Amino acid sequence: MIPEIGYFALIAAWVVAVVQCLLPLWGSYRLQQQFWMQIARPAAVTQHLLVWIAFLALVWAFVEKDYSINYVVEQSNSALPVYYRIAAVWGGHEGSLLLWALVLSGWSAAVALFSRSLPPILVARIISIMGAVAVGFILFLLATSNPFTRSLPYFPVDGKDLNPLLQDVGLIFHPPILYMGYVGFSVAFAFAIAGLLGGRLDAAWARWMRPWTIAAWCFLSLGIALGSWWAYAELGWGGWWFWDPVENASFMPWLTGTALIHSLAATEKRGVFKAWTALLAIITFSLSLLGTFLVRSGVLTSVHAFASDPTRGLFILIFLCVVIGGSLTLFAFRANTLTTSARYKVFSRETLLLGNNILLAVAASIVLLGTLYPLLADVLGLGKISVGPPYFNALLVPLAHLLLILLGIGMVVRWKDQSAKAAWQTLRKPALFAVIVGLLLPLFAQGNYQIRAALALIFVFWVVGVCITDLLVKVRAAETLWQGIKRIKPSYWGMLCAHIGFVVTVVGITMASLYSLDKDIRLAPGESIDMASFAVTFQGVRDVRGPNYDAIQGEFDVYQSNHFITRLYPEKRTYWVRQDRLTEAAIDTGWTRDIYVALGEPLDKGAWAVRIYVKPFVRWMWGGAVLMALGGLLVIIDRRYRKNSFQESLDVRAA
Amino acid sequence: MFAQHKRKIAFLMPLLVFLGLSIFLLKGLGGDPNALPSALIGQPLPAFRLPTLSGQPAELTEKDFLGKPALINVWATWCPTCVAEHPMLMQLAKAGVVLYGVNYRDEKADAQRYLTQRGNPFQKNIMDTQGQLSLDLGTYGTPETFVINAQGKILYRHVGEITEEVWQKTLKPLMDSTER
Amino acid sequence: MYFIHRAVFIMLLLASFSAPAAIQVYSFDDPAQEQTFYTLTNELRCPKCQNQNIADSDSMIAQDMKARIYQEVREGKTEQQIIAELTQRYGDFIHYRPSFKLNTAVLWLGPPALLILVATLVLMNIRKRSNEIESEEEDI
Repeated sequence: MIPEIGYFALIAAWVVAVVQCLLPLWGSYRLQQQFWMQIARPAAVTQHLLVWIAFLALVWAFVEKDYSINYVVEQSNSALPVYYRIAAVWGGHEGSLLLWALVLSGWSAAVALFSRSLPPILVARIISIMGAVAVGFILFLLATSNPFTRSLPYFPVDGKDLNPLLQDVGLIFHPPILYMGYVGFSVAFAFAIAGLLGGRLDAAWARWMRPWTIAAWCFLSLGIALGSWWAYAELGWGGWWFWDPVENASFMPWLTGTALIHSLAATEKRGVFKAWTALLAIITFSLSLLGTFLVRSGVLTSVHAFASDPTRGLFILIFLCVVIGGSLTLFAFRANTLTTSARYKVFSRETLLLGNNILLAVAASIVLLGTLYPLLADVLGLGKISVGPPYFNALLVPLAHLLLILLGIGMVVRWKDQSAKAAWQTLRKPALFAVIVGLLLPLFAQGNYQIRAALALIFVFWVVGVCITDLLVKVRAAETLWQGIKRIKPSYWGMLCAHIGFVVTVVGITMASLYSLDKDIRLAPGESIDMASFAVTFQGVRDVRGPNYDAIQGEFDVYQSNHFITRLYPEKRTYWVRQDRLTEAAIDTGWTRDIYVALGEPLDKGAWAVRIYVKPFVRWMWGGAVLMALGGLLVIIDRRYRKNSFQESLDVRAA
Repeated sequence: MFAQHKRKIAFLMPLLVFLGLSIFLLKGLGGDPNALPSALIGQPLPAFRLPTLSGQPAELTEKDFLGKPALINVWATWCPTCVAEHPMLMQLAKAGVVLYGVNYRDEKADAQRYLTQRGNPFQKNIMDTQGQLSLDLGTYGTPETFVINAQGKILYRHVGEITEEVWQKTLKPLMDSTER
Repeated sequence: MYFIHRAVFIMLLLASFSAPAAIQVYSFDDPAQEQTFYTLTNELRCPKCQNQNIADSDSMIAQDMKARIYQEVREGKTEQQIIAELTQRYGDFIHYRPSFKLNTAVLWLGPPALLILVATLVLMNIRKRSNEIESEEEDI
């Protein structure tokens, strides 16, 4: 009964989405617009509540173990702990799509509730466009991927169980947060389309759009970091990024989204790059949709791909053509009418932000090209080729270095016009500091001096140095230190925090890539292996039992310079239902290094094949993402975004 | 005026790029991204010297597979698809198709028992216990079947089970054409 | 450091080939050879489970390939020779680093060309516009 309620709620949500899409948009073009446009807000909230009902109905089916529902059978089992049964809701294609729809309707409800200060016509159009996206997605669910399908009258007594790889805390947090980011860019997209429809893409428009865009970007940064950490902890290979199509699908919108928040800053402050900002918003959400297509259509091979189905692929492709093709057509015809009165010189913050945007956009095109090239080559008959980590690293690392150089300059350069001489005065100290520190630090790597590490560290310390210099300049302008710090706005702290977060991530990636120690080794009980200053001793194995698996648990003692640090318990699990064998690595985490032990297979005489890694600074990679998200949060809470939009809305009403 | 024109074209670019891309995506739909054609088509059989399963004679080389167009089947007792494919191989052998077997990573006793129980469709059978010939053949799983002509040139590689349909539509026409 | 490893390895290496282990143990006398083996197994794609390199893959074919590469590295073959050999059997597909050829020219040259083209156009445009400001200012 309850699943049927869920199904009907989903149908009702679709009907409401159609209303939400059509009526406010139609109303916005009529003289008596108020009545029709007022439908937008309640419709968005109602749609969100209805999708919640559908979603909770599916959660109920999992919690209550309703094995008459095919999707529940495929994704869970009675022995599965209840928190994994709930997370299993989004463990497969149908449920994750329902989560997509839930998040989408959630963002449009949020726009409906927190946009009192925006001009009604803009709100009506934004909600209407988000409704249009929802119409497509809910229709996709209902037509090709209904999670509530029953197998009556005969149904199995128990489920086939959730893929053991997914039975991890990562499944609980990673997909919802990632989707919040992915789908959150639909708000920026809707702002861009609404702006193009109304011909209004000015500083006020950018200021309204910016907090929404940054919010989505924060979620996406966290979501990607969580996914990377999950792969590292769970897959048993110690890798944290594989350049798999699915990972690339989330990385591309992050790159263009990062470009977008920077070009929005320029549009907000100076009224420049209007058309480009709108295009970036469209592209960012389009890349999110493209990612959905790549994951669910079966055109590419991927570790994480859902069961591929050409019908679903065709549906999304048509949807993609309507949404992306439609918005790019609108862009082609409307962008031409946008003009910029603001002027700026070659050496100015505007130019540097454009440089940032060019680099990030080229980076996104590299990822797109590399991801799709095997498909392009296959279709064109150029043969089967693989594009993997060596390609992406070779092209993206130099680009990242360029980006860091521009970042440092951009932070101190003024809008409109900057004298090169004055800039050099400010920048020469951090530049010198960066070169010295960057060249010296790799000397501490125990005789393993890597030029690539030195190069990356120079650019990292360059940005750190400029951040400190700029902060000092700002603080010194006031009479006392405390006054100076107090005068600095949250949005400036946010920018510093996000930029530091970015270089922290760069440090993590560089060090973990260049200085990681890997050993696949045979160890008998009592034997030990030296890795740099660490020694790992294998104590033996024993049998243990989990909630839905049996495991062989190894015991490893870790010593650093002959001092005991910790004892690690990696496991080799056999899950009861699927009889899948899974390696559960044990990790000793630390500020400057992780020690990672995974149990392989038993060899003769009680010995085991063991994989041991020492990964320096690997946590910094994810810590940096947290700092970036925190920086975004600080920018959002800046009073400017509430006060100004409120005043402007008064102006609009008065006019 | 001219600058205005250029602007218009520039703003059309994203749409054109997207349309081009979607054509590729459409063409990619329904295709199997895992399918991997053999890189050895048109090449001679790789050289090998491996023990036979029967022990009579003790060893065979690539020269022993020459003379007639034949199918070379890479198989193993632990591979369920090979078990499923076996009746079809028996049927082909009865119809007079020349079949050579490459037994991949098996125990000799297991492989012999398997053929005693299910029948032996192979005229000759070699043991690739280390998987090194399979590697030279560019195989990536079992079963795989190579079509060779009388000179030992590789004409085709089929991955997975040989069904009636695969035989009639793909393999048989190839074998027929090379006999002429 | 390295020699301690080696001593441990020599002690431990017996029978490591007979067991079909997901984590396989290979030892080298020469750090350069070990590095070659590491690079190769990390850059070669497993043809069976197609989204792993052969270092991470447990599939039989990946194990065979690792065994072959180990043997050939020890025989002193270079990275290029081994890649060429495997490419001949499995096609370009096997290598995660697409070699520069006619069919990958766009892949390798496209992005740098795009960057240079876009950067040049944008800079020219900005310069033209900023010259306009200056000429306006002169008019006043």
